[in-house]
This record gives sequence, C-alpha cells and structure tokens, in this order.
Amino acid sequence: MSSAHTKTEHGHADHNYLNHGSGIWSWMTTLDHKRIGLMYFATVATLFLIGGFFALGIRLHLAKFGAEPLLDPDTYNKFMTFHGAIMVFMVIIPGIPAFLGNFVLPIQLGAKDVAFPRLNLASYYIFIAGAAIAASSMIFNQVDTGWTFYTPYSTAKTSNGVILLVLGAFTMGFSSILTGLNFIVTTHKLRAPGMTMDRIPLMIWALYSTSIIQILATPILAITLLLIGAEKTLGVGIFDPDLGGDPVLFQHFFWFYSHPAVYIMILPAMGVISELITAFSKKTIFGYRAIAYSSVAIAAVSFLVWGHHMFVSGQSTIAGIVFSIITMFVGVPTAIKLFNWISTMYRGTVTFEAPMLFALGFMFLFTIGGLTGVFLASTGMDVHFHDTYFVVAHFHYVMVGGTLMALMGGILYWFPKMFGRMTSDLGGRISWVLIFTGFNVTFFPQFVLGAMGMPRRYFDYLPEYTNLNQISTVGSWLIGLGFLVGLITIIHGIFKGEKATDNPWGAKTLEWQTSSPPPHENFINTPTVTAGPYDFR
Amino acid sequence: MSWSSLIPATSFMPIQATEIAKEVDLLYAFLIIASLVSFVILIGGMTWFLIKFKRTSLDQKSAYITHNNFAEFLWSFIPLVIMMGIFYWGMVIFEKLRTPPEDVAAEIHVTAEQWAWTYRYANGKEFYSSANDPMIIPAGKATKLILTSKDVIHSFYVPAFRTKQDAVPGKLTQLWFEPKQPGEYIVFCTEYCGTKHSGMMIKIKAIPSEEYAAWYHAEKKGADTPADLGKTLFAQKACASCHSIDGSRVVGPTMKGLFGSERKFTDGTKTKADENYLRESILVSSAKIVETYPAAMPLFQGQLSDEDVANLIEYIKSIK
Ligand code: HEM
Ligand SMILES: [Cu+2]
Repeated sequence: MSSAHTKTEHGHADHNYLNHGSGIWSWMTTLDHKRIGLMYFATVATLFLIGGFFALGIRLHLAKFGAEPLLDPDTYNKFMTFHGAIMVFMVIIPGIPAFLGNFVLPIQLGAKDVAFPRLNLASYYIFIAGAAIAASSMIFNQVDTGWTFYTPYSTAKTSNGVILLVLGAFTMGFSSILTGLNFIVTTHKLRAPGMTMDRIPLMIWALYSTSIIQILATPILAITLLLIGAEKTLGVGIFDPDLGGDPVLFQHFFWFYSHPAVYIMILPAMGVISELITAFSKKTIFGYRAIAYSSVAIAAVSFLVWGHHMFVSGQSTIAGIVFSIITMFVGVPTAIKLFNWISTMYRGTVTFEAPMLFALGFMFLFTIGGLTGVFLASTGMDVHFHDTYFVVAHFHYVMVGGTLMALMGGILYWFPKMFGRMTSDLGGRISWVLIFTGFNVTFFPQFVLGAMGMPRRYFDYLPEYTNLNQISTVGSWLIGLGFLVGLITIIHGIFKGEKATDNPWGAKTLEWQTSSPPPHENFINTPTVTAGPYDFR
Repeated sequence: MSWSSLIPATSFMPIQATEIAKEVDLLYAFLIIASLVSFVILIGGMTWFLIKFKRTSLDQKSAYITHNNFAEFLWSFIPLVIMMGIFYWGMVIFEKLRTPPEDVAAEIHVTAEQWAWTYRYANGKEFYSSANDPMIIPAGKATKLILTSKDVIHSFYVPAFRTKQDAVPGKLTQLWFEPKQPGEYIVFCTEYCGTKHSGMMIKIKAIPSEEYAAWYHAEKKGADTPADLGKTLFAQKACASCHSIDGSRVVGPTMKGLFGSERKFTDGTKTKADENYLRESILVSSAKIVETYPAAMPLFQGQLSDEDVANLIEYIKSIK
C-alpha cells in the first residue's frame, strides 16, 4: 500500500484519502480516522439542524406574536427537552472531539491513524445507535423532563419515553469513553519521532484533557441513567422519596458528570482557538505551558465543583460555601487562557480571514460567558439568579458562543485539509456577521430577563418580559440564517471551492506539512520533529 | 454608596422589598462594574492589538516571544484575589439569606404539588393557592416558611426578596424573609415541574403587623391547630411511653426544650434540632442516635403521613 503513494512526493496528491476507495460501502467500513471524522461531521450537522429546528420553535413560541400561543404547554416542554438533549449530548459534546479531533489529532501527532482504528469505527456506530435510540423517544413516547432529567419528575411523573432517551444517552456515553481512550493512547504511543510531550500542539493538549474527563466522568452518568431506568421499570427506590429514595442524590450524581461535561464541551474549543490564534497572528503562542497545564488543571478541578448547581436544592449551607470557593478556582485557569491568547496577538502580524473572525468572536462571547459565571459562582448572588434566564444566557454564551464559534472556525480552518479545496472567504464572513450579531441579540437580553426574575423553562411569562423576549426571538432568526449561509458556504466549498495548497494559512503544525487532502496514511514519509509546534521565527 | 448608583444596574432588578435585597443589589452592582472593567481590559486590549498589529505586507515578521513569567504570575494572582473577595462577599449574603432570626413573627408550612401551593399557619388556618388567596404575612417582621412537596421538586422564588429555595418531596427545607413595607409580591416556581410549571404563581401579601395579628386571630379555618393535632397523635402512637414532656428522663430524650437545642450523637456528630432533624428522627429514628440513649425507637416510616409528621413537629415545638 505504501508503495502506491511514493510517486507523489509532496503537494498535489492525485491519490488521497478521499479517493482511496470509492462507493458508500468503502466509507461505511473505513478505518481511516479522517473519513470517520467526516462521518461524524455529517451526523452531527444533521442533528444540529434538528436541534436548531426545536430552538427556533421555542423562540417563536416565546415571542407571542400571535393572539394564540404557537405551542401548547406539553409540546413546548417536549421542544425544550429535545432541543437541550440533542444539542448537549449529540452536538456539543461529540462535535469538536469526535469530528475535528478525529480528523486532526493523528495528523498533528505525525501518526498514520489512531491507536485503535477498529475501535474508532465501532465508537461511531455506537454513537449512531445511541442517537437512534434517543430519537425513537421523539417518535414513540415523548419526553418532557428537560435535559437534566431531575427526579422524581422523570421517574414518577412522566412518560416512559424517558427510558429511551436515557438509554440513548447511556449508549452514546460509551462512544464518548472509547473515543477518549483512543485519543489518550494515540497521544502517548504514536507521536512522531522528536515530538516530546512539550512539543504537541495545544489542540492535542485540549483533546487529551477532555479525554481524561470523558473516561472518568461518563461512567457516572451511565450509572445514573441506568438507575433512572431501573427505578422506572423495576421500582427500585433510589431517587423517589415515595419509594424511600432521595431526589437530591440524583442531582449530585447528575452534576458530578454534567459539570465536568461542560468542560468536555469547552476544552476542545479552547484547543481550536489556540491553533487559530497563532496561525492567524503568525506568531508563536504565548505561554504554551500555561495553556497546556491550565487545560489539565481545569479538567482536574472540574470534578470538584458540581455542587454549585445546587445552592438552593436543600444541600447544607456549608456545602454551598465550599463549592462556591472551589468554583472560583476554575475561573483562574480560564482567565489565564484568555490573557495568553491576547498576548499572542501582541506584536504579531494579524490577518482576518473567516476562521480568525470566528476565533475573535469566541473571545468576545466567551469573555462575557466566563465573567457571568463568576456572578453565579458567588452564592449570595446565585440564589437570585439560579434557574432564571440569567443562567440560560450564561451557558449559551459559554457553550454555544464558545463551542460553536470554535467549531465553525475550526471547520473553515481545516476545510482545505479535509477536502483539498478552499471555502469562499466572503461566505464565511457573512455567516460570521450574522451568527455573531444574532447571538448577542438573542442572548444578551436574557441576562436582563434573568435579573428581572424570569424563570427558565417557562411556557408563559408576565407581560413585562414581552419586549425582551421578542428581541431575543428576532436574534434567533439571524443565528439561523447565519448557519444556513455557513452550510451553503461549506457545501459550495466541497464541490466548487478553489483548489487548496498544502498550507494555505502558512501554519506550522504537522497537518500542514502533508498534502491537501492527505494520503490514506497521512504522510508518505513519517515526519521528524525538531522544534515546538508554533515556531514562527 | 455613591458608586453603586452610577449605573442603572438595580433598575433591571425587581423592587428591593427587603434589606437583604439591597445588599444583593450592591454586590450585583459591584460585579457589573468589575465585569465591565475586565471586559474592557480583555476585549479592548485585544481590539487594540488587532488594529496595531494588523498585517500590512507579505514579508512582515512577527516578534518571537514565548512567555513572560512576571506577567503570567500577575494575571493569575490578581484574578484569584478578586475572585476570593467576590466569594467572601457572596458568602456573607448567603449566610444571611439562609439563617432565619431567632424570633420569627409567622411560621408557615408550605406544601407544593403539581401545580399549586398550600400554606398552613400555626393556628390551623389553611389555604390552597388556586383559591387565589395570597399568602398573608406581617410587614416589617420576619416570616419563616417550612417547605416540602407532595410530588416532584418545586422551588419557591420571590424575586423582590432575592431569595429562593427548592421544595423537595420527602424533605423539609426552609426559607425566611422580612419585607420592609406592606405590599404584594409575586412568587414563581423555578424548578421545572411539568405542564403548568410556568403557571404555578402565587402572591405574597405583606400587611401591617397589627392588621396581621387581627387577621391571624380572626375566624380560624381549621378546628384544631397543627400542634393540637400533634398532641393527639403523640398520645395515640404511645410516644409518651418513652418520651417525657416535662424534662424528666424516661427511655428516650425528653421533648421539653428539644426544638432548637443541640443534639450530640453516638457517632460523634452534632446537629441543631430543626424541623428536618425532627422529621428524620420520627420517621427513621435509627439514622442518628443521641448520646447515652439506646436505639430503641420503632420506625414510623409508612405509618405517618407528611401532615401527621408536620403536626407532631408543631407539637414538639410547643413544648418549651
Ligand atoms: C468554561 C466554560 C463554561 C461552560 C461550558 C459552562 C456551562 C454551564 C452550563 C451548561 C450551565 C447550566 C447548566 C444547567 O442548569 O442547565 C452552567 C451553570 C453555571 N456555571 Fe458555567 N460554564 C462555564 C464557565 C463557568 C465559569 C468560569 C464559572 C465560574 C467561575 C461558571 C459557573 C457556573 C455556575 C455557578 C452555574 C450554576 C448556575 C445556576 O444553576 O444557578 N461557569 N454553566
Ligand atoms: Cu413547580
């Protein structure tokens, strides 16, 4: 096989991973991490459209434009649940690691593939199976618990559809664990000669820390979800007080996974941002070690702060205080990263292609999201804000503003490598303007709504909240339009984009040293690494 | 404080109906100013760099700077100090929000269910919220709520008081507040509880405390007070065979002065006897055994309804 590639030493490979086998079957059975990455892309993008449909529905309903409400309360609650569950478990959690991570990680390490290619393919199918099981709950027996599945509502008061949804999430958890395991082993075992741990790109540090969280935290979710299933089907009394259980125990279990999970969502995004900022500033990243170690620090501390979701749950006052102080400690490594990225731009030579605009958008939105996190971490303040729209705004700023901005930036950045073609820069820019503006118009008013006291997950609200809700709804249309333009730009790029060179951005990491698109096994000759990843001297 | 009135921060907040609301808003104003300053430093600094270091020609070279220990120390240390300050400030307010004063003028048992609230006063007055009765409380005096739920978790949120607390089935939680002025304040349910979650609103009506006293003593709704009912149960369930009410030692601890006293347990832990402790001790006495007493009390779990337990607690509270 390797001999087939030797004729194309560099550049214009006529033989690459995309044409290394043709037909749908060669894709479905591929062991190539790059193809698996793209299959995740197609899957996650489809799920994102479905989740987005529910989001627009929720917002349209809340605008109360007509005299009649658009949805009835039960339908609204189902929309809210499916939107959250799809976006969290099927889009934001797998988005960057499973799609971009799968595509980029082995190439950045100078490896031929991940350590366990078969397991990688299996992870993909496990994900599909989980998504299918979860989706069947939409069709058969709809769920209205919200993505947090709080007991005893989920176990005692609602339809059995919950079982399907948690079973789906449980299954997808395995995919997440296996991908994490694969990445960790790959990072340790398959680095190119000369690539020491302090020469791996920051994207890899981010994926590595994420993988640790995935492996350690996901089993807790899995067990918790199984217990819900057991309680619902067998009547085991763990969470339901009528059966002798404790509902607050569920919250402890749930957040013990789900708090670290928010870092599963954001750490990979931070990895992408680190790559984009150096590449478009043409300058070595500032504070490589600080960024790398702060990822690991965030991963570690993220396990100790779950109780900050439960300040008013009835847990003791002292527990609240302890969780509050530890939460403040997570804020510090987060702040460090922002300072490092900004310093990277200092005395660089910055250009503003579409991927960089998304990185800058990330900085803007993430800063607002992070600062409002400090409001919530402060116990006396959170008592007022907990379960209001302030929280909704906070986590959309960090998760959506952060993760989706990074995801879009990352797609446009690695697009030439994936498809050997460029996307239209103008298309990317228009998409950015719409998403960025729409995002702020949608979510900023929600901070104000939260301060005014509007609770989250409300089908209906007091008249004084109407104007801000309507502004928010109009913003959601801009976001929708922005992603539509983004999608068109991507599809256009795949079929009609200009041919890309091997290294269109002049970046330094290894994936830019092979051809665009890369050959089946990434490099024709295994590269040898002699310097750090961002050596813009 | 003058700086806090510089920004209209508090104008987005609901009215400040309690002293604590003012304190919360002061912290809020501080957080907004501190966030604005941080935002300007971060994003303003970034924008300035972007303009200043924009690439203008193809052969331009960037500086080679890898790190700077001093800067990195500063921007880790300064945020840490600020955040510790915010933590402490929040904690002080939190403790006030969570600790009711010794003398409360009204104590109300609130039971949530899908999708209504019931409130029961110490003298037996009882209201079901869907009857559109506001919760009447005295203005200028502290009110304490003892919350629980019949079915799923709900949460009692009063924006004007900047406070909320979950009502958890199988558990008693508490909340207190002291509105300064007479007035009507809205209460939301903030823990998602199903179809009519957003419709689960009630009003709190604070009235001058003399008026409250008159209202409270006027025509009782229930014949017996919860404490009376508890007394009957105490006799029926033969509690008195092990517990005295006059301070003397029988098999178990006396009920006299029990509420609010400090309990020490055989495993070395301690707790103050509040409603939740009493509830647990009645239902599952084996959970915590008071020092020097045998673990002799039968389980009452399953034999007493939530209401029975609440009545017993009120009776025990009355034995001073
Ligand atoms: C790093 C990116 C972050 C992500 C992805 C994130 C994500 C989230 C999410 C999803 C929630 C809401 C969960 C729910 O109830 O549905 C949340 C709430 C919260 N976040 Fe963040 N967050 C981030 C940063 C921060 C920071 C830096 C802090 C504090 C310094 C913070 C403090 C909090 C607190 C205290 C809550 C609970 C609020 C409440 O429910 O009352 N977050 N966050
Ligand atoms: Cu409720």
